[in-house]
Amino acid sequence: MSIPVRTAPARRLLQGSEAIAEAMIAAGCRFFAGYPMTPFTEVLEHMARRLPEVGGVCMNAESELEAVGMAWGAAATGTPAATGSTGQGLSLMQESLAEITLARLPLVVLNMARAQGDYWQATRGGGHGDYRHIVLAPIDVAEAVELVQLAFHLTATWRNPVLVFGDYYLAHTARSVDIKSMHFGPPPATDWALTGETGGTGQAKLVSFLGSAKQRDDVGYDLAVHYAACAQHTARMLGEVTPMLDTGMTQDAEVVVVAFGTPGSYVRAAVRSLRDEGVRVGWARPVTLVPFPSSALAGALQGAKAVAVYENNTGQMVDDVRLAVLGAVPVEFIGGVSLDSSGFGIAPDLDVAVLRRRILEVVDRHR
Amino acid sequence: MKERETRRVIPTDAPPTAPARLVEDFTPDLIDVGAHHLCPGCGEPIAIRSVMEAVAELDLVRRTIAVFGIGCYTAFSNNLDVEVLQALHGRAPSVATGVKRARPDAIVITVQGDGDMVSEGLQEVLHTAARGENVTCIMLNNGVFGETGGHMTATTVLGQRTKTSLEGRDAVTHGRPILLADLVARLDGAAFVARCAVNSAGNVARTKKVILRALQTQASGAGFSLVEILTMCPTGWFVETAEAPDYLADSLATVHTGGVLKDFLATSPTSPSTTVP
Repeated sequence: MSIPVRTAPARRLLQGSEAIAEAMIAAGCRFFAGYPMTPFTEVLEHMARRLPEVGGVCMNAESELEAVGMAWGAAATGTPAATGSTGQGLSLMQESLAEITLARLPLVVLNMARAQGDYWQATRGGGHGDYRHIVLAPIDVAEAVELVQLAFHLTATWRNPVLVFGDYYLAHTARSVDIKSMHFGPPPATDWALTGETGGTGQAKLVSFLGSAKQRDDVGYDLAVHYAACAQHTARMLGEVTPMLDTGMTQDAEVVVVAFGTPGSYVRAAVRSLRDEGVRVGWARPVTLVPFPSSALAGALQGAKAVAVYENNTGQMVDDVRLAVLGAVPVEFIGGVSLDSSGFGIAPDLDVAVLRRRILEVVDRHR
Repeated sequence: MKERETRRVIPTDAPPTAPARLVEDFTPDLIDVGAHHLCPGCGEPIAIRSVMEAVAELDLVRRTIAVFGIGCYTAFSNNLDVEVLQALHGRAPSVATGVKRARPDAIVITVQGDGDMVSEGLQEVLHTAARGENVTCIMLNNGVFGETGGHMTATTVLGQRTKTSLEGRDAVTHGRPILLADLVARLDGAAFVARCAVNSAGNVARTKKVILRALQTQASGAGFSLVEILTMCPTGWFVETAEAPDYLADSLATVHTGGVLKDFLATSPTSPSTTVP
């Protein structure tokens, strides 16, 4: 007698942290290092459990400084690597994140932020020198599963760190998701990666943020040449990575509400409920914060009388929205710092009734 | 002519009897370019040379990844014919950990100074040693930030004058020096710990021996190894170049005393029997 075997359903109910961990493994991540901090902690927990099962390594670093150092070392060997923390922990990592970028290394960095106060840290970089990171901001767990995998593809392609900007809601919300391995074509060559095997050939590899050209006739590194090459590479990357913008109901909208990350779903719900009552509003959500989808956003805002920006901070993305519209439309800020007593980013303002009221105030002012 | 002989001046009144010897003739195979910008009398090139010779002698050239910190010795990080990963000031041990965990077959060596390892990044080396991470850390200890021009580090000895301890380091104002090798030797994860110096021919030979032993420790998988090498820094010490070796013996070496502090391979019953003299 045989019992028919039922294949496991592809969809599983997963907490965001676990889904992100599974997506990293599906994308080929085989090295992770971290230091616990809410709401990043569960990502580390899941990686500690899952990576050894697939032949990878997860390190309990003694601080965020060592977490990013360990990830740096693994990345230099061509091993798909990631680290992460909250914005506070990422502040500690910034020196290394800046230099990893100038060393032209691939690395995925997660910011499971407390609210949205790290927009400037993420998009401008908290470190020193001229560098940029690609920044992706998922709205929910399902989109995070895709963007995390895209992050590994982009970081391997451009050899430049890619930051995934999440938060408490993303990390702690459980959703039914399908962790499908995404394919982006053949992986880029890793002939730059250290193996230890090129010693003694006269061509031993060097991976250095001071420039990876070996010294030959003179002494020292040439930082002017290296930084100019890095700047050229950054410009090409920012020009060629496709900016992504998610929009809805912007066609005839008088007011378009712009938000990024998980608050986008509350804004979307508020806009839909106002539409149901005949109020001509729409929403737009930058999915890539770097490169910022300026052209697409300016296009979506054509015909609008005003733009309202919601962020759970004091208004950091507002600058980028204003740069996108270049004065063509007034840009008003309808967000603000909204936290519960824990400070982890649970926001009383993320309430459709509250958002509706603020959006209507903008609509009324621009009638 | 007599004067010439005593002063060993090359005679120019006859054809040369041997080809001229250039810097390259004295440069170990694994150092690509013999020239560097380090000061006359600096001990760091001797230490780097010793490390490279040890790598070659143990036939580890095709397995080695060196992780460099930031200091004067960084002049060598783009100058070697072994693979190099440049790390930040203080951060080489965690970076080396990532390299080793991702490529366990590689021989991973960090090169750091006392400012780098003991001042900026002390917790990195301590945790790496405590984990028994199977890497070798080389610490070039001259008791001073040489690259910035002679400032006090965590290993500066009491009485030593630096630009930031002008009257000499005193315990009340500046605290006491950290004896790094002694500290690391107390950690269970450390398998080999030694302190040596490059201020005399005998000490250079002993330095080479302990580096060989540290690399053997790593190659055998026994765990963390540390070699602390006392190096001359006449510029940062504000002493005459020729006096620096003796100054090292009279100051730094009286506090950071030499010797093998721990040698797991010598005490392990299954290990090779050779010990470091």
